[in-house]
Amino acid sequence: MNQISQKRTAEEMSKSHRDISVSQFFEKNRHLLGFDNKRKALMTTIKEAVDNSLDACEDAGILPEISVEIIDMQNDRFRVIVEDNGPGIIKVQIPKVFAKLLYGSKFHKMRQSRGQQGIGISASVMYAQLTTGRPAKITSTTSKKEKAHYYELHIDTQKNKPEIIKDETTDWKKDHGTRVELDLEASYQGGFQSVDEYLKETAIVNPHLTLIYTNPKAEQIIFPRATKDLPKEAKEIKPHPYGVELGILIKMIRSTESRTLQSFLTSEFSRVGSGTAKNICQNGSLLPNTKPKTMSREQVEQLMEGIKKTRLIAPPSNCLSPITSDLLEKGLKKEINAEFYTAVTRPTAVYRGNPFQIEIGIAYGGNQTAENQIRLIRFANRVPLLYQQGACAFTKSAIQTAWRNYGLSQSKGALPAGPVTCAIHISSVWVPYTSESKEALAHYPEIIKEIKLALQEAGRQLGSYVNKKKRIHAEGAKRDYIQKFIPHVSAALKELLKLKGVDEDKITKNLKAILETKRGKLDNVKFDPSKNVEYDPELAKIGKENNNDVGYEEPKDEKGQKKLSSFKN
Amino acid sequence: MRNQKMKKDKKSSAASKIKDIATAVYQKILKKKQPELSMPLRSLTNVQYDPKAGYFELLGKFKERTLTASTIKTFAQSLRLMTLSKELIEKDDIATKREAYYVSKNWADARFKEQVESDTVMDDIEAMLMVNREQIGFIPEEKGGDVAGKLVVIDKDTDTGKDIKIDCTKMGSGAYSVPSKVEDLRFETNAKFVLAIETAGMFQRLVKHNYWKKANCILVSMGGVPTRACRRFIRRLSDAKKLPVYVFTDGDPYGFGNIYRTLKVGSGNAAHINEYFCVPRAIFLGVTPNDIKEYKLPTHPLKEIDLKKIKDMLKNDPFVKHHKEWQKALKDMFQMKVRAEQQALAKWGLNYVIEKYLPQKIKNKKSWLP
Repeated sequence: MNQISQKRTAEEMSKSHRDISVSQFFEKNRHLLGFDNKRKALMTTIKEAVDNSLDACEDAGILPEISVEIIDMQNDRFRVIVEDNGPGIIKVQIPKVFAKLLYGSKFHKMRQSRGQQGIGISASVMYAQLTTGRPAKITSTTSKKEKAHYYELHIDTQKNKPEIIKDETTDWKKDHGTRVELDLEASYQGGFQSVDEYLKETAIVNPHLTLIYTNPKAEQIIFPRATKDLPKEAKEIKPHPYGVELGILIKMIRSTESRTLQSFLTSEFSRVGSGTAKNICQNGSLLPNTKPKTMSREQVEQLMEGIKKTRLIAPPSNCLSPITSDLLEKGLKKEINAEFYTAVTRPTAVYRGNPFQIEIGIAYGGNQTAENQIRLIRFANRVPLLYQQGACAFTKSAIQTAWRNYGLSQSKGALPAGPVTCAIHISSVWVPYTSESKEALAHYPEIIKEIKLALQEAGRQLGSYVNKKKRIHAEGAKRDYIQKFIPHVSAALKELLKLKGVDEDKITKNLKAILETKRGKLDNVKFDPSKNVEYDPELAKIGKENNNDVGYEEPKDEKGQKKLSSFKN
Repeated sequence: MRNQKMKKDKKSSAASKIKDIATAVYQKILKKKQPELSMPLRSLTNVQYDPKAGYFELLGKFKERTLTASTIKTFAQSLRLMTLSKELIEKDDIATKREAYYVSKNWADARFKEQVESDTVMDDIEAMLMVNREQIGFIPEEKGGDVAGKLVVIDKDTDTGKDIKIDCTKMGSGAYSVPSKVEDLRFETNAKFVLAIETAGMFQRLVKHNYWKKANCILVSMGGVPTRACRRFIRRLSDAKKLPVYVFTDGDPYGFGNIYRTLKVGSGNAAHINEYFCVPRAIFLGVTPNDIKEYKLPTHPLKEIDLKKIKDMLKNDPFVKHHKEWQKALKDMFQMKVRAEQQALAKWGLNYVIEKYLPQKIKNKKSWLP
C-alpha cells in the first residue's frame, strides 16, 4: 500500500501546467457572465444582442429598429432571434465578433457605449453551444448591392477561436442589418427581472428605438419610438490625467510615439494644453523635453505627483450621452401614474480618469403603494440593470441618503419606504461593473458621492412637494373640522334670535363663504389619475405579471375587474 | 317684593345682553364678515390688585372665539349655551352646572365631553356678559361651607315666604350649612370676629369645645378653597356687621395662595365677579411660616410642586407682588423647605390651639399677614 503513494516530482507536476483560454475560463465560470440560471440566461442573451444592435445603430447614425423573437422549442429549449437594421458587419469580422471572447471595438475607446468588453454576445453563443450543441446562425449585410453573408458558428473554447460550420451568402431583403439566431437552454417567466421587464425599460430609456417583441406565447408587443432624434453622439476622448494609475501611465509612456514628455501629455490626454503640460512637468520636477521612452519608473512616479499637484479643467462631457432629465421624466411618466415627478442631471465628474455623469428621476405617489420600500430602476449607459440590486453602488448611495428629510420613512441601513420610484442612470466612458455580467455598479467613492448629490437634489424637490401636500392635508382637515360646527352656530342663532329656517340656511351658507375667503383657496392635491397624459397602462403592465402561473394571469385579472365594476354599480 | 323685582330686572338685562351679542354675530354673518365672540381673559395675567377696592380687578385683555380650528367648537358651544341660558331666564327656571352639561349631550358634535368644559364655557359667558352665573340661570351643586357660633341667620320659608331665624349657637355638635344662594340672607350677631377655617377637622375641634363662646366669634369651615357661596356669605356677613375676618389655614403654599388669596381678593379665573366674591376684611392669622418656627411645629418637607408654586406666586401673583410681608413669608418658607398643618399644633396638647395658639395670635397683630 505504501509503495503506491509515490511523490510526484516538480518536473512531472509542471507537465500539467498550461495556458487557460478565456473561453475555457468563462465556460467554467459562466455565472460571471450572467448565465447562472436558465431564466437569467435568456434575459442575458437577449440583452447582449440588443445592446450590440443599439450600439451599432447609434454609431452609424441609424434610427434603430430591433425585433426580438423568442420561440419555445419545448423541453426548456428556446430559440432567440434578434434582428436589427444596423450597419451590418463586414464578412471577415463576423466569425470573430460572434465566436471569440474579448474581441471588440469598444474596449479601447474612451467613449460611452453599452458594450465595453467584447464578451457579451460571444458568451451567449458559447452558452448556447454548451447547452444545446447548436451553432449560432448569423446573417448580416452592409449594403443593398451585396448579398448577405450567412454563417453558422461554434466557438473553439480551447483556443478561443471561431469555428466556422457554414459560410454562405444568401438573399436578404434588408438594406443593412444583422440577425442573430441562437438555440439555448432557458426558461421563460414574465414579471420581475424578466426579458419583458428588460425590453420595456430599454424602450423607455431609448426613446429613439422601435422594438418589436414576440414572446414565447407568440404575442407581439410593439414599443414604437417616441422620438426621431438620435441621442447626442458620444465623442471619443482621450483619458483625463486625474485618476490615471501608475501602471497605465507606464504603459502609455512605453507605447507613445511622442518625442518629448510635453507632447506626450498634450497628445495622449484630454484637457492638457502645452501650458498645462509644462506646469505638470514643473510640479513633477521633470524637464518638458524628457524623452518618454527613456523615463524610469521613478520618473513616471514623479509625473504622477506632478499631475496630482496641477489644477486641471474637468473632463469634457461630449464623450457622454446622458438620457437628459426631460426624457427620463417622460419615461417615468409613461410607466408610472404618479402625482409628482422630478428629474436631475448632475454635471460631469471623474473617477480614475473616466468622465461620468449621474441622472435621477423620481416619481412620487399616485397608484404606487406607500408601505413597501421604494423601487429603484437602475440604468448604466442606457442599459437597464435588473439583477444584484443589493450589491450595486446605486443602492448603497440610496441607502446612505437621509430620506427622512424629504418626507419618507427609512429604517437604518435600508432603502426608504414610500410610494416612490427612483430611476438612476450613470453614463460613462467606462462603467465599472462588479462583474463581467454587468449587473451592479462598483463602489467607487467618487461615483457614490455623485449619486448621493443627485439623490439629495431630487430629494429636496420631492421633500418640498411632500411637505406641501402634508400642509394642505392638515389645512383640509382643519377646514372639515370647522365646517362640522357651522350648523351648530346657525341652529343656536336661529333659536336665540327666533329666526326662520331660510335665515338659518343663509347663516350656514355665509359662514362657509366666510371660511373660504378667510383661509384662501385650497390647492387640490388629490391624485388625478387622468392628469398624466403620458401614462401608458398597457406598457406599465409589461414585466409586472405575477411570476407564477403566467398563463392563468389574465382570467384572474378579468375577475378582479368584474368585481370592481360590480362594486361601482 | 322690591327685591324680587330688582332681581327680575337684573335677569332680563342678562337676557337682553345675550340677545344683543347674538344680533351682533348675526349681523356680521349677514355682511359676510367673520363673526366673533370676545370675552375677558380669565387669568392671573389679566388682573391687577387694587388695594383700595380690595380685590383683583380685570385688566383689558380679551380672548376671541371665531371661525378658527382652535376656537370654532367653543364658539358654537358658547352660542348654544347662551341659547339655554336665555331659555332659562325667560322661563324663570334654573339648571345646575351638571344639568347644563347633560343638556349639551343633544348637541351632537358640539357636545361637551366633560363637565369642566361646560363649566369653562359657562364662566366665559359670565365674563362676557359681566354677570354672575345665577343671573343667567345656572347654579352650582357645591354647598357653601359650615357655620357655627354667635350668629342668627334670617332666611325665608320657601312655601310661606315668612322669615325663619336660624340660631347658629344651637347647632349642638353640628353646624349650619351655607346655601348656594346667599344674596337674600340677613344676619343678627354681636360677635367680635369671624374665624374662617380651612379644614373640617379643626372646625370640629373648635365647635366641640365651644371656642366661639369663649372668643365671642363666628366659625366658618371653608373645606379647602372657599366656594363662591361661601365667599359671598362671609363677605355679606362682614360687610353687614363690620366684622373682621381671621383666616386660619394650613401653613403651606396652597393655604396661602389658593385658599386665603381667593377668599380675600378673588381669583384670576373668575376675575369678572371678584368684586362681589371677595372679602377685603380678611386677615391671615396662621399658620404662618414664622409660626412654624415659633411654635416648633412638626413639619413635612415641601415637594417640588410646592416650591414651584411659591416661585410662581412670587413672580406672577399681583396680590403677593403688592405685599412685601407675603413676599418675605413665602421666601422664608422657600428657604425652610417645610410646611406644617393646622393640626400639627396638637403636638403641644389637643386643646393647645384653643387655649394658647388662637388667643395669642388674635392678640398679636404683628404676627398676622395682610
